[in-house]
Amino acid sequence: MFLVIGVITYWLGSNLISDPRAFLQVSINGINNGLLYALIALGYTLVYGIIELINFAHGDLFMLCSVFSFAVLTELFGAKAPGAKNFALLLVVLLLTMIFGAIVNVTIERVAYRRLRNAPKLAPLITAVGMSFVLQWIGLKWVGSVPVNVNTVLPATKYAFGGIEVASKTLVIFAITIPVLILLVFIVTKTRRGRAMRATAQDKDASRLMGINVNQTISFTFAIAGAAAGAAGIMWAQTIGTVSYNLGFQLGLIAFTSAVLGGVGNLYGAVLGGLIVGLIQAYNDGLAVGPGQRWSQTMVFTILILLMVYRPGGLLGQSSQEKV
Amino acid sequence: MTKIEAAHHAVGVNNKKWAIGFSTVVGVIFLLNVFVLPNANTQVQRFFNAWFSLNSLAEIMIWILMALGLNIIVGYAGLLDLGYVAFWALGGYVAGWLMSPFLSQFQVNFFGNPRPGFDQGIHFNVFLVLILGGVFTAIWGIIIGGPTLRLKSDYLALVTLGFGEIIPQFMLNGSDIGGINVTNGAQGIGGLDQPKIFGYTIGTFDLPAKFLMVSLMAGAMIFFSIRLRDGRLGRAWLAIREDELAASMMGVPLWRTKFSSYAIGAVGGGIGGVGFAILVGGVYADRFNFVISIIILAMVVLGGMGNVWGVVVGATVLAWVNAVGLVQVGELINSTFDTKFNFPSYQFLLFGLLLVLMMLFRREGFLPEARMRMVMNEEKLEDVEKVTDDKKIGSH
Repeated sequence: MFLVIGVITYWLGSNLISDPRAFLQVSINGINNGLLYALIALGYTLVYGIIELINFAHGDLFMLCSVFSFAVLTELFGAKAPGAKNFALLLVVLLLTMIFGAIVNVTIERVAYRRLRNAPKLAPLITAVGMSFVLQWIGLKWVGSVPVNVNTVLPATKYAFGGIEVASKTLVIFAITIPVLILLVFIVTKTRRGRAMRATAQDKDASRLMGINVNQTISFTFAIAGAAAGAAGIMWAQTIGTVSYNLGFQLGLIAFTSAVLGGVGNLYGAVLGGLIVGLIQAYNDGLAVGPGQRWSQTMVFTILILLMVYRPGGLLGQSSQEKV
Repeated sequence: MTKIEAAHHAVGVNNKKWAIGFSTVVGVIFLLNVFVLPNANTQVQRFFNAWFSLNSLAEIMIWILMALGLNIIVGYAGLLDLGYVAFWALGGYVAGWLMSPFLSQFQVNFFGNPRPGFDQGIHFNVFLVLILGGVFTAIWGIIIGGPTLRLKSDYLALVTLGFGEIIPQFMLNGSDIGGINVTNGAQGIGGLDQPKIFGYTIGTFDLPAKFLMVSLMAGAMIFFSIRLRDGRLGRAWLAIREDELAASMMGVPLWRTKFSSYAIGAVGGGIGGVGFAILVGGVYADRFNFVISIIILAMVVLGGMGNVWGVVVGATVLAWVNAVGLVQVGELINSTFDTKFNFPSYQFLLFGLLLVLMMLFRREGFLPEARMRMVMNEEKLEDVEKVTDDKKIGSH
């Protein structure tokens, strides 16, 4: 474990010293992606926290949301270039996409997972995998089998802070993602609904006796998770600039790794994990001395497997050794 | 005869019937293709080529092998593996490394049968390669399963998912690992040796012999699956699948038992991988993707988790649908009703919906064991007194 940390420290340190400007530049990109990962990871963490299900379909829900935002904003509203009007449209569609994500996620829960809540664990897991395939198929039929380029409405200008260039779309990501994250965390930790969610996660029977409507609470959790995926979806389409049907599989795994890294079931952990994974990926892809982009996915999975071995509870979570 | 003995006897008779059926089908297909079809008229030949080509039938045998391997993990021990394709790939590359001129730094010939003029590289005997393929994948099963099986079971699903993604990616990118060409990247390793079994060389286009070979392998896997299930280890797996706590109280070592199921299941994948490499005559990285893992899982689920013959039937049906049926039936429907559906593009929907619907309405599969049916439809004990409808609380 210490060996791994040592190697990573040495690798990052030597890059920082040889070219600090490029290093910071890459870090900005990493945080940019990391925020999106955090939004998706939130969905995994929320759902896992409340019904102990790894929702394999969540990554594909994110993909479907990005496709939806593309279809509505770019195709339907025709917002293909930067401008004040188009930016206003972006905010409208952001809201629409979040609602769309929430509705789809709640529907999936209602149709499939709810009926399997008391079934053996294998059943909901397999169902989630099946759902992920169904969503992928919808995406495939919606945008086709090749990645589609999205004309972003975000301006292409760049600002320089002490020699580091920050694209304005990165700033927009910050401006939109961070409030959404804060809002979601606020809902879960501070509101009555959020308290019901946490109670349900701890003990369904006890919370039912306390007068909590368990089914509704679980639906609400799925709605929040879906909304987060929706926000991530539209932001991905606008900043990364492509949508494709098989995006969800890869992003879902990355996001789940983030959730596990932070500690599954822990909201702050999901955000922290997303940022860390985003940074690691950016360093891997962008630094002069590094394995390079084609090993990007392998890096993420290796982190996942190492985590499972050495710290399954994640950075902020408790150990999840099998209870007997 | 006591009740238990009678039940065992019934199972044995049943197994015998199925085994005779399986051998008969294999024999009939073999004889049909060797003696009847070459002499049949072109229309009959064309029909068989389109709907039941020997190549697709041989591939079905490989799928059966794979599904039975996964069945040991998912069906017997109740662990979810979503990256089974990794074992297929690893087995395939073992065959690629040990039976071809590819690793030309070496020149080894251990009872192998290199093609004339391709003496460089490693050439091992087929049987040895099959064994080594199994051993190699078992080692990987140990590396992956060892640490993760101590965690909650759904973590295994995730780690295997990652593993099933890393291994093919490594194969795809592995043309330059520190300057050494390990996997030949996207081009894959072609030109495998023609296996020589007891003096008979199976040529590249000798499909009937290849079919017979993979059928024998599938038959052996069926045999081992049945024998394993009734043995001490198999009963321990079933006990864990049904109730971990009770099993461990009865003295079943949880981790070791789960672990052995994962490693043994991996062996099935490795041997199947070697068989497939020989069948195709090479190993190509781009074939190994997540969809394959899910198709194998769907086979196990469709047939009935844990029931060997159910899985065999499930694998046969789905493999045929996937390779031939989707295209052929689609063409038939399109030409009959003059429509233009692109049927193969519905593959995702088909397998996804299949998994969801099976889980919702027939969790135990179509040919389940009585035991599995009870397991899958059992509600948790604490849920008996649970009020399923929230509104009822108010009305009491």
